[in-house]
Amino acid sequence: MALTGLVLAGFVLGHMSGNLLMFKGPAAINEYAKWLHDHAGLLWVARLTLILSVVAHIWVGIQLTLENRAARAGGPADEATRRASTASRTMPYSGVVILAFIVFHLLHFTFRTVALGGMTFGDDVHAMVVAGFSSKPVAVFYIVSMLLLCLHLSHGVSSVFQTLGLRNERWRSRLDGLALAYGWIIALGFISLPLAVLTGCLK
Amino acid sequence: MNLDSKIPAGPLVDKWNNHKAKLRLVNPANRRKYHVIVVGSGLAGSAAAASFAEMGYEVSCFCYQDSPRRAHSIAAQGGINAAKNYQNDGDSVRRLFQDTIKGGDYRAREANVYRLAQVSTNIIDQCVAQGVPFAREYGGLLANRSFGGAQVSRTFYARGQTGQQLLIGAYSALSRQIGLGTVKMYTRHEMLDLVLVDGKAKGIVTRDLVTGAVESWASDVVVVCTGGYGNVFYLSTNAQGCNVTATFRAHRRGAGFANPCYTQIHPTCIPVHGEDQSKLTLMSESLRNDGRVWVPKNKADCAKPAAEIPEEARDYFLERKYPSYGNLAPRDIASRAAKEVCDEGRGVGQMVDGKRLGVYLDFSAAIKRLGEPEIRARYGNLFDMYENITGESAYKQPMRIFPAVHYTMGGLWVDYNLQSNIPGLFVGGEANFSDHGANRLGASALMQGLADGYFVLPYTVTDYLAGVPIGSRPSKEAPEFKAVTKDVNDRVAKLLSINGTKSPRQYHKALGKITWEKCGMARDKVGLTQAVAELQALRADFWKNVKVVGSGDALAPELERAGRVADFLDFGIMMCLDALKREESCGGHFRTEFQDSGEAKRDDAQFAHAAVWEWQGDGQLPVRHIEPLVYEETQLSTRSYK
Amino acid sequence: MVQENEKEVTLALKLRVWRQRRCQPGAFEEHALAAVPTSASFLEMMDMLNEQLIKAGKDTFAFDHDCREGICGMCSMTINGMPHGPLPGVTTCQLHMRNFRDGETITVEPWRARAFPVLKDMIVDRSGFDKVIQSGGFITVRTGSAPEANNIPVPKPVADEAMDAAECIGCGACVASCKNGSAMLFVGAKINHLNILPQGQAERDRRTLAMVKTMDEAGFGNCTNYGECQAHCPKSITLDVIAKLNRDYLRARVKEFFSSTGKPSKGGD
Repeated sequence: MALTGLVLAGFVLGHMSGNLLMFKGPAAINEYAKWLHDHAGLLWVARLTLILSVVAHIWVGIQLTLENRAARAGGPADEATRRASTASRTMPYSGVVILAFIVFHLLHFTFRTVALGGMTFGDDVHAMVVAGFSSKPVAVFYIVSMLLLCLHLSHGVSSVFQTLGLRNERWRSRLDGLALAYGWIIALGFISLPLAVLTGCLK
Repeated sequence: MNLDSKIPAGPLVDKWNNHKAKLRLVNPANRRKYHVIVVGSGLAGSAAAASFAEMGYEVSCFCYQDSPRRAHSIAAQGGINAAKNYQNDGDSVRRLFQDTIKGGDYRAREANVYRLAQVSTNIIDQCVAQGVPFAREYGGLLANRSFGGAQVSRTFYARGQTGQQLLIGAYSALSRQIGLGTVKMYTRHEMLDLVLVDGKAKGIVTRDLVTGAVESWASDVVVVCTGGYGNVFYLSTNAQGCNVTATFRAHRRGAGFANPCYTQIHPTCIPVHGEDQSKLTLMSESLRNDGRVWVPKNKADCAKPAAEIPEEARDYFLERKYPSYGNLAPRDIASRAAKEVCDEGRGVGQMVDGKRLGVYLDFSAAIKRLGEPEIRARYGNLFDMYENITGESAYKQPMRIFPAVHYTMGGLWVDYNLQSNIPGLFVGGEANFSDHGANRLGASALMQGLADGYFVLPYTVTDYLAGVPIGSRPSKEAPEFKAVTKDVNDRVAKLLSINGTKSPRQYHKALGKITWEKCGMARDKVGLTQAVAELQALRADFWKNVKVVGSGDALAPELERAGRVADFLDFGIMMCLDALKREESCGGHFRTEFQDSGEAKRDDAQFAHAAVWEWQGDGQLPVRHIEPLVYEETQLSTRSYK
Repeated sequence: MVQENEKEVTLALKLRVWRQRRCQPGAFEEHALAAVPTSASFLEMMDMLNEQLIKAGKDTFAFDHDCREGICGMCSMTINGMPHGPLPGVTTCQLHMRNFRDGETITVEPWRARAFPVLKDMIVDRSGFDKVIQSGGFITVRTGSAPEANNIPVPKPVADEAMDAAECIGCGACVASCKNGSAMLFVGAKINHLNILPQGQAERDRRTLAMVKTMDEAGFGNCTNYGECQAHCPKSITLDVIAKLNRDYLRARVKEFFSSTGKPSKGGD
């Protein structure tokens, strides 16, 4: 979970930074997209790594969840929670929503087969994004998903340190804070686009 | 009754080494042909079972707990003694020997005690290598602290949980052997009888506490390390499950029981709070290193909070009476001194039955001197435990303590080889009577348990097995096994069938009330005579009116308790008889008729012996035999800690 | 502080207690106790309930308990959904009734985890823990083969750290409180105690791999860093031991991967 999670957490940072080029104007983002496509080899290496990570992350996640449910054997009749955070307890759920989001997102902006009203944009990524987020429900789905990603990351990123043995009592709360901050940076970075389109800042 | 102590000839210092050199050996290839049964998995049992398995014997180990790691050795807090002299304060094997003999009020066997002091140093080596996290100094070497009854610092410790750490060490050695398949571990199994074939111990009968199955096990030798009988007093610092059944069943099969009246009352326990109390909690004796024991000088001050009693109105009675040992006076002496001041009406704390049974253990001076963080580092977990139980913080106000039954020096009689008078029955740890005389010094129980288990039994049991023909182990289909199994089944059925009106716990409480009042910290002829009669009546009532709920073929805690209480009842009678017949005061045995203004008055001419009791059958009183104690190197003197 | 002949404060309690026979389904039974002194321990309250049941001719509730001073690790009850009850940092036997309110309903049930099957009522089988220790929770040292104790200096901070981990009493509250039924806190504590000390280095990798393998086979769940175990541990053992277990496990796996035999360096047998 930790290693694949680390890859994915790194990826969202890269993806989010790239997205922010939207604010620099159509030329910047389109050039960036073109640059990516010109380096097809590199792109495919990245894509393959991502696909493998996602598949492994999901596979291990499902296994863990099933194993852990079975190991718990139902738990006590009236279960009390002392410390476990909401984020930690909702990882499978936030994960499922994020997965659904990814599928939608790929169909939306990569394969461009849904929710774009049948328009084609060619190499104009900027126009595509603006068009994509002009639909309110789509934008809201993006925003909600990104907030869940924030939740997912706030537990996940801190857990990476624990799993790799790089966390202790002294650093725990700092790392938890760091993870939360990371989650918010990613989420706000992503959310800024649909929000900007919805509010008309980005056309 | 054959009570040959088999003490080797020669000078005291050489006895053990000479003896070891003469003990017979078993060829490594033949060792797996012998089956050794070890009952109990505390320090002595775990250490012995692991050592036997390492040597190559086939070992089976039994305990009533759900894991061998839970045996009550785990609760020892303060530490373990060893004559390492790491503190350069003049310690030596001879000095540890002398302290232990004197601490035991000259009622222990010289040769056994000397051996104990000799092997004490090996124990520390063994435990450190196993990873026991003893306290260290900044240089990385082992730290020590001082303990009651000694003027040197020879106690090794691991915070307030030395017993747990040592037991985890022994348990890990045992676990390694279980993992390797050389020890078969039977948890939740209680030994309910001993099987003799041709007068030799050849196996045991157990009850599986989960399924209720009564099974027999054949072996070439039986090693019993099942601890002491402190729960005969109902309220004690022992674990709830601690019982006399294994040793008492062996006693009923012919093993002599030595000095049952030697019981130790520990001075630093949390006072009794109420009727429904099930257990007394010990606060480690190590607290007396930094705590000062006192009561108000005037009775009138007893109801006041401690803080309102000025320094000059406080009586630091241990420091006053025993200036050279002060608050570190041995346990029996400190306990009696506390009882005395409470009897004078100067006790503190809650009034129970018109008496305040408690004295202060005050850390304010130490906190002032060393600072609260240092005290917290030394005793933090003990202070927390005290606060949990009483709801009071010992950082802010003095602890209240009172003596409670803690350890029993008596046990099955054994010779120098730790073999009972039944050939093939060996007894280790608190279950035997060998090393502590009439009183045990602090931090010596752990030492004795591990000494027996690691460094004595492996040699002496091997010597015994060398004389057992290979292949002579009886089958458990033998008539002797069938007969004992039937006895056990009958007894279980009988307990379940009485269906009376009173619970086993009620009998246990009644038993404890009699033994504590009449055979507790102070005893006398009248009380003890009454106690014997009352216990006989209680025993008769038990077998008529006890109600045991549950069923024989499942987990039945009430059945377990009933069986143990039944044995305690028989045992209690023997303990009171022993106290009655020992017409002197020594160590933990204090007869009010025999005292020198509060100090125990021994009678060496009449009683320099171990009293060994022989079972005579149900309803009969046991018969007393003696093993004279011969002192070759020790000058018997009045024990003084003044 | 000093209460003179003070009448003891008592509580009236309603109890929902789990009743179950081995290999059969269980259910809650409801009982009431009229006057429980606040100075009594939780187990003493259970004793009172059992005595009441005996008087009524009913079977008692079975529960594990032994030392009743918080060190043997035998007692194991889930009280109001919390292993060892509402007071952090104590075992069930050290929980006193002054922590409850008059008229309160208390739910008492066993440790709940697949790896701890119920034997009767509140008694569960925790032998999985023993199996983990048997697979590697030791330093191999034969009786009598140890070097002089002070030949192995152990820096005080290292000894203290080992001692922090060694405080684990093996009660299983970590497993019972974990929403995954994971035993990582227990195994982490045990591995840390030995892996930190100089004496434990020879078998470090072997120990770590073996104990983790046995833990997985025993049916415990996986750690997902909830932190409930630390919050319910009566000895307040921290998640640090899990982090260090993870580190040691990674280290051992990497070394195993690159070793010529594909096996961790052997110690002992």
